[in-house]
Order: sequence, then structure tokens, then C-alpha cells
Amino acid sequence: MSQLSISRAGRREGKAPRQRGRMGAGKQLHAGPVTYLVLAVFALVSLAPLVWTAIAASRTDRRLAQTPPPLWFGGNLFRNLEAAWDQAGLGTAMLNSVIVAGTITVSTVLFSTLAGFAFAKLRFRFSGVLLLLTVGTMMIPPQLAVVPLYLWMSNLGWSNQLQTVILPSLVTAFGTFFMRQYLVQALPTELIEAARVDGASSLRIVWHVVFPAARPAMAVLGLLTFVFAWNDFLWPIIALTQQNPTVQVALNSLGTGYVPDQAVIMAGALLGTLPLLIAFLLFGKQIVGGIMQGAIKG
Amino acid sequence: MSSPKQALAHPASSAEAAPGTPPGAAGGARGRGAPADADSWRGRFYRWDTKAAPYAFVAPFFVLFGAFSLIPLLYTAWYSLHNVQLSSLDHQTWAGLDNYRNLLSSDFFWNALKNTFSIGLISTVPQLLAALGLAHLLNYKLRGSTMWRVVMLTPYATSVAAATLVFTLLYSWDGGMVNWVLHFFGVEPVNWRESDWGSQFAVSSIVIWRWTGYNALIYLAAMQAIPADLYESAAIDGANRWQQFRHVTVPQLRPTILFTVVVSTIGATQLFGEPLLFGGVSGSKGGSEHQYQTLGLYMYDQGWIIGNLGKASAIAWSMFLLLLIIAAVNLLLTRRLRKSQ
Repeated sequence: MSQLSISRAGRREGKAPRQRGRMGAGKQLHAGPVTYLVLAVFALVSLAPLVWTAIAASRTDRRLAQTPPPLWFGGNLFRNLEAAWDQAGLGTAMLNSVIVAGTITVSTVLFSTLAGFAFAKLRFRFSGVLLLLTVGTMMIPPQLAVVPLYLWMSNLGWSNQLQTVILPSLVTAFGTFFMRQYLVQALPTELIEAARVDGASSLRIVWHVVFPAARPAMAVLGLLTFVFAWNDFLWPIIALTQQNPTVQVALNSLGTGYVPDQAVIMAGALLGTLPLLIAFLLFGKQIVGGIMQGAIKG
Repeated sequence: MSSPKQALAHPASSAEAAPGTPPGAAGGARGRGAPADADSWRGRFYRWDTKAAPYAFVAPFFVLFGAFSLIPLLYTAWYSLHNVQLSSLDHQTWAGLDNYRNLLSSDFFWNALKNTFSIGLISTVPQLLAALGLAHLLNYKLRGSTMWRVVMLTPYATSVAAATLVFTLLYSWDGGMVNWVLHFFGVEPVNWRESDWGSQFAVSSIVIWRWTGYNALIYLAAMQAIPADLYESAAIDGANRWQQFRHVTVPQLRPTILFTVVVSTIGATQLFGEPLLFGGVSGSKGGSEHQYQTLGLYMYDQGWIIGNLGKASAIAWSMFLLLLIIAAVNLLLTRRLRKSQ
């Protein structure tokens, strides 16, 4: 228990935990060449499939079917990208995915912060039970909601429309719990009390005290939610058709085509992953930090 | 906070604060002077605000979560007792336990259950072991430590669809990268799509690839919280690195390891996207011989390919029961471990 709180306190300053790690490593843990070698192998395994996707996307279907497989880029990239774009309707799909993932992210971050703040700092009846319920429901598999949701959305005439995909994901138990854990530490209770004494309403407090304090965690939760929403598969594939797909649904239709052109499929996979990879290049450090932060607490 | 005092000072206002009175209604205070009027209005608003705000803040979460997760959960149970066909959604008839009886006598259900277990096992165990080792390495004093972490996490940002499409090609029978590499080691080409274990391994490897880095980061976070003096005293006792890892790191990580085991088990029980896409056209069947049809796939197949939504609901609930059993076993094991310590 005490260990946890030390590490949590340290994590807030960002640098401290790494120092602790070094101290924990202290005497012996300078990485040697073997460590770098093994890490390099892991890195290769992590990156190679992605790099090879790009290689395959620049070849022709016939070349991909031959042995040995191509190990360097060919000249067909743009033809394949165009074909994938047209065949899978990736233009619509990308736009849909941006709308879906964007809406879900904004709503999840907003509502998670509000609920997380209430659970972390406000006193109200049943708060303990409700928090327990929140955590407990993290175990419920999404499959359990799919049949009724499908029936309801069909009844509303909403099948194949974006709100069908958006609505069930507007909030997550994980997000609420994540924000609660962060705010318990990051938001001094005295600050809220001082604002109360000054006569600030709860909304003012949220706006002027909670949101600024929660900003780093909101950013991380936002990134994690966006990755999750962009990659979500089960519900979109049931709720949407190829006429109005998200990127994942479009990729699925590419992959299950009856006359598949592998090079085109790889071009599609490349396109579908690219936005997230770019986000990852830009915010990789924050995403890593966020996962590590959510980890022990989870 | 100061509500009892205020109630004493303004008896009229406290009477007004009775339930049912709109918080903004200043009517009753008219007889008083202007300042007192403002004061009591404020006081009442303030009290109302502090009481109601927490509920207002958690309400969106519980309303949305309840409507789209908890209530559907119960409806799924209800539908699992009905005959609901995709072709005639409005025509539902009571079926009692027929859907469940059907499941229990279906070879495909047991096959899917078995596959879910075996794929779950061969994806979770190596994944977590590799993550543990990787975290140990990342915990060394490294040049470019952030870069290493980001690189290890890249597969996490790759979608199931994109990753599976690539791996499917890597595992193809002729011309596939994997078989081509194996041939340098003198291994006969493996039919990754059709063979029993080969295909299950192939599907598992996609899961392993996507999630190892993620779990490594979780372990790394926990490792950095281990106090340095534990290692120091172990070193004084003459423990080498491996012994330190075994006797200090692993025991200290036990809660985190348990956490990742639970999360991965939940994930494995729901496995869906990887086998669906790996199978291509026959995806929902889990291959020609159903060799990698998981429970998740089986549900999708029965519900949306065959069109029996009642049966699909029954499968969903079986998955839930399975999870509950796993959770219970987990709890028991944890208790045992704690007691034995």
C-alpha cells in the first residue's frame, strides 16, 4: 500500500518514477549489449509487420504470391492505394471513423471527468456502492449488449447509421475510474473548499478548478479512447454495412472479397492504420505514460 | 456546510427549501429587505447546488451506461429465452430453455468453447511471459528509453483488422513469409489456415503481437514502484540478477500479474476480430473445419449469418457465465496464495 502511494506521488511530477527505477536498478542495472540486442529483436518484431505492410502495398498481387516474398518496395504503391480507396470506399470510411471516434472521445472524456470528480472529491449517498458498481461492470463483455442493441436500433430505423455506433460507446466505466484515480491525487480538496467558501457554484468549480487540474489525464484518456474507438470492431461490423462503413468495417469487406487482390488489401490496411500511426508518432510518449499511469491503479 | 446556521437565521427560507419548491423561487422572502432576500436565495441555491451537483455529475455516466450496457445485459437474458429470428424481428415467441438446451447438445458449441480455451491459453501465457521479460529489460537504465517504449507499443495502435490482414498474408501456404523463413531452418511448410494447431497458433500470434508491449508497460510501471532497498539487501545477500528477478521482482509484481491475467482472460474469452478476419470468406465459421471458431465467432455466426438471435443471446450469456466462473476461480486462487504466504 505504501509502495503504491509513493509511486503515485512520484508519478505526478513525471520525472520522479524514472529516477526511482534507476535507483531500484541502482547498482547493477546499466543495460549491456545483450539487453540492447534483445530489445532490438523485440522492436523488429513489433515494427516488421507494419513495414512489410507498406512493402506489400507497393507490389502486385502476383509478386506477393511468389516465393521468396518481396523484401523491398516496388513501384505499385499509388495504384494500390487508389484501388483500395475506391474498392473499400475508404474516403467515406475515414470520415465516418473520424466522426465516430471524435464524438466518442469528447463525450467519454467530458463525462468521465465529471463523474470521476464526483467520485473522487464529492460526498453523496451511495457513492461507494456506485463506484464499486462502476468498477465491477468493467468485466461485462460487449457481446452481452449486442443483440438488444441491434434490435432496438433496427426498430428505430437506425441500422447502418453512425449514431448507432456512437451511442453505446459515449461513456466507459474505465474512463470514469481512470479519472477518479487521477483526481484523488491531483486535485487538492482544499482548493475546492476554498472555491466553495468564495461562493462558487459547482459548475464554476468544475470549469475553473477541476478541468485545469485534470487536463493531463484528460489528454491521455482522450488518446486512449480515440485509439479504442478507431479500432473497435464487433459492434460496428454488426451495426453498419459496406454502404456506410467505418474504417474497420471497410477493411473487413476488403479482406472478405471473393477475388482478393492481396496488394490492394495491404494498401487498405496501411491506409486504415496510418492516421493512428501518425497520432502515435506525435503523442507516443503521452500514450505510453498514460498506460503506465492507468496500470497500477487499475 | 453552514446550512444549520442559515436555517436558524432565516427560518422562512429554510421552510421554503422544502422539497418541491423550485430553487430559484424567491416569492416568500418578499417581505424582507433586499439584502436578506439575495442572501437567502443564494444560501438556498448554494445548498441545493452542493447536494445535487454530485448526482448531476455522475448521472450522464449512469444513464448512458445503464441504457446501453446494463439494461441490454438483462434484455439479452430475456431474448435468450425466446425464439428471435433476424428475418422476422417483430415476431418473437417464448422458447424457455430451448436455446440453451440446443447449445448444450451442439458439437459446435463445445468445439467453440474448447477453441476459446486453447487459443486463450496459447495467446495469454506466452504474451504475459514475454511482457514480463520485456518489462525487465525496459527497466534497465537505457539510452532512448522512451523510444523503446513507444516502439514496443506500436502494435497496440494497429487495428485488429489491419493486423490480421497482414498476418493472414504472412501465414499464407505458399509464398507466405513465415513458411519461407521456416524453410531456412529446414522446417516443412505448415498449413497455417487449415491445420488444427497451426491455425490456432497463427490466430494467437496476432493477439500476442498486439498486446505484449501493452502488458510490458503495465509491468514496467509496477517494477518502478519496487523500493530500491529490496534489491540492495538482496545484492548484499549475494543474489545475482536472475535470483533478484525471481525473488524480488516477481513476488513484488504479484498483484499486477494477477491484474493482467484477469484482463487477458477476459480479452481471450471475447476473442472475435482476429479469427473472423483470419478466416476470410469463411471467417464466421472459424475455418473450414471450425478449427478456430471461438465463442465470440460462434455467437456472430449464429446471430447474424444464420440469423438466430435468440440462440446468439444464449451464447452471449454462456460467455458471461464462463467469465463469472473464471473470476470465482481466480478469487479462490488468490485467497489460497495469500494464505500460503
